[in-house]
Amino acid sequence: MNSEFLGRAMPWLVTAGTLALWEGLCRLFRVPEFILPAPLRILAATIEYWDAIWFHASHTLVMTLIGFALAVVFGLLLGIAVGSSRLAYQGLYPLLIGFNSVPKVAIVPVLVIWFGVGAIPAILIAFLMSFFPIAVNVATGLATVEPELEDVLRSLGAKPRDLILKVGLPRSMPFFFASLKIAITLAFVGAVISESIASSRGIGTLMVQASADFRVALVFAGLMVTAVMGIVMYAFFAVIEQHTTQWANRKMEMEV
Amino acid sequence: MSAPSASSFVNINGVSLVYGKKDQTKALDELNMAITEGQFVAVVGPSGCGKSSLMKLVTGLRPPTSGTIDVGGQRIDRPLKIVGMAFQNPTLLPWRRTLSNVMLPMEIVEPHRHSFRADRKQHEARALALLDSVGLDGFATKFPWQLSGGMQQRASLCRALMHEPSLLMLDEPFGALDAFTREELWDVLQDIWLAQKCTTILVTHDLREAVYLADKVFVMSARPGRIIETYDVTFPRPRRPDLVFDPAFAEIVQHLRENIRHQRHVPQAASAGRAAS
Ligand SMILES: Nc1ncnc2c1ncn2[C@@H]1O[C@H](COP(=O)(O)OP(=O)(O)OP(=O)(O)O)[C@@H](O)[C@H]1O
Ligand SMILES: [Mg+2]
Repeated sequence: MNSEFLGRAMPWLVTAGTLALWEGLCRLFRVPEFILPAPLRILAATIEYWDAIWFHASHTLVMTLIGFALAVVFGLLLGIAVGSSRLAYQGLYPLLIGFNSVPKVAIVPVLVIWFGVGAIPAILIAFLMSFFPIAVNVATGLATVEPELEDVLRSLGAKPRDLILKVGLPRSMPFFFASLKIAITLAFVGAVISESIASSRGIGTLMVQASADFRVALVFAGLMVTAVMGIVMYAFFAVIEQHTTQWANRKMEMEV
Repeated sequence: MSAPSASSFVNINGVSLVYGKKDQTKALDELNMAITEGQFVAVVGPSGCGKSSLMKLVTGLRPPTSGTIDVGGQRIDRPLKIVGMAFQNPTLLPWRRTLSNVMLPMEIVEPHRHSFRADRKQHEARALALLDSVGLDGFATKFPWQLSGGMQQRASLCRALMHEPSLLMLDEPFGALDAFTREELWDVLQDIWLAQKCTTILVTHDLREAVYLADKVFVMSARPGRIIETYDVTFPRPRRPDLVFDPAFAEIVQHLRENIRHQRHVPQAASAGRAAS
């Protein structure tokens, strides 16, 4: 067994091991289902309630993706503004930090007052949670461009717009793609939080209702589905990152 | 120094450059230079004397602390548009393959930028021919980090030549090359220059390179840099590799070497007026 194979198998092995340990401990100590259901019981509940779970989870997914899409557009623009202009940086940075420090849960009630219970608060919270890392990363990429690379273009008579398009943006793409995988999970968390407070549909709503009904296995089924969706979305953007910014990831390529 | 004549293409007049605010470094001190249009000049001098800084001043990438620079009759107060520059470090854009790195000027420089897409095929052909001439055929689709240091330098030389600039600035373009490749590229560069007749400023550490290629060699003093000698090289063109065995050639190289060595020991040597030949 070579190390490359082991490297690939490791995530599966560790996950399977954790689940097996969990199952074993639950059986050994006869933990009651309403305190901590065992993985097999959760799996059974997932299958049993699959239709309901999918009904809610697909809605959460849509909310997440809409909020995330908004965050990509806005985060990219904000990042370019903050990263390429010193004035914008100095003016906006404190505000951004302050905004990012506010727990987004606290904003949900406000959004409900403004927009009512439903899709809009979920989308907005997903958006608000995820634009920050995108903006910060893009700004960092732009602000750390080597002056030598800019000199190459300036010596050709480039306009400021050329500098951003031909050097700044390509240069910050690795930062941008690295931020996407963080941002998508944050957007997802945001959507779930908002749904569990104010919505009639979504995986968050499902879990809140299930725990009110004391159906603990279903609550955990919702948690598991949430985790799996988070991993899948993260992995998706991690793969995109690797394929789009080959020049910045060459170290990995050499190892393979 | 010879007074800058009205006919010169590049005119550097009493230029000084000081880096830093608190911790000041005087890089250039009252430097004068005059270069005629179409001339090939070389700038030599000890390391750290301000040669790269001088190049950045002439291209307008950096303003001088005092003094003036005119190129083609225009006062330089912003980066020039007619210049092709090969920097001391290759500075290829790491996310572009070699070919599109070489074609970069066509995306920026007026008027080519407006027809870049339409003329892409022609540009590609020219870029490939340039790469071919410096011995980089077959590396067009490689990324810069897949090239050696010397290969990156050659690619960056191609990039400087791509848009047929009327002022070519080369900062130690062959610094990372072995003697054989370097001497081959002397001829490549000379042929290109003979064909295009672009005004060329070459910074180099290699005195033989300077004498082989240039019409005029400027010798700079140790930091703060100023011109301490201007030497006209009058060998006929095209110059061919056996020139380096010519005793007259060796004599000039020897003379320049002495001069640089002398002023290294006596940095403040008041030898500014002494011009040979
Ligand atoms: N960006 C900078 N900031 C501060 N000082 C600088 C900067 N660039 C160069 N210097 C200083 O200016 C002086 C001249 O530097 P320059 O790079 O022009 O030398 P050079 O003649 O090109 O040397 P070399 O032959 O080694 O390339 C040096 O003493 C250096 O320390
Ligand atoms: Mg230098």
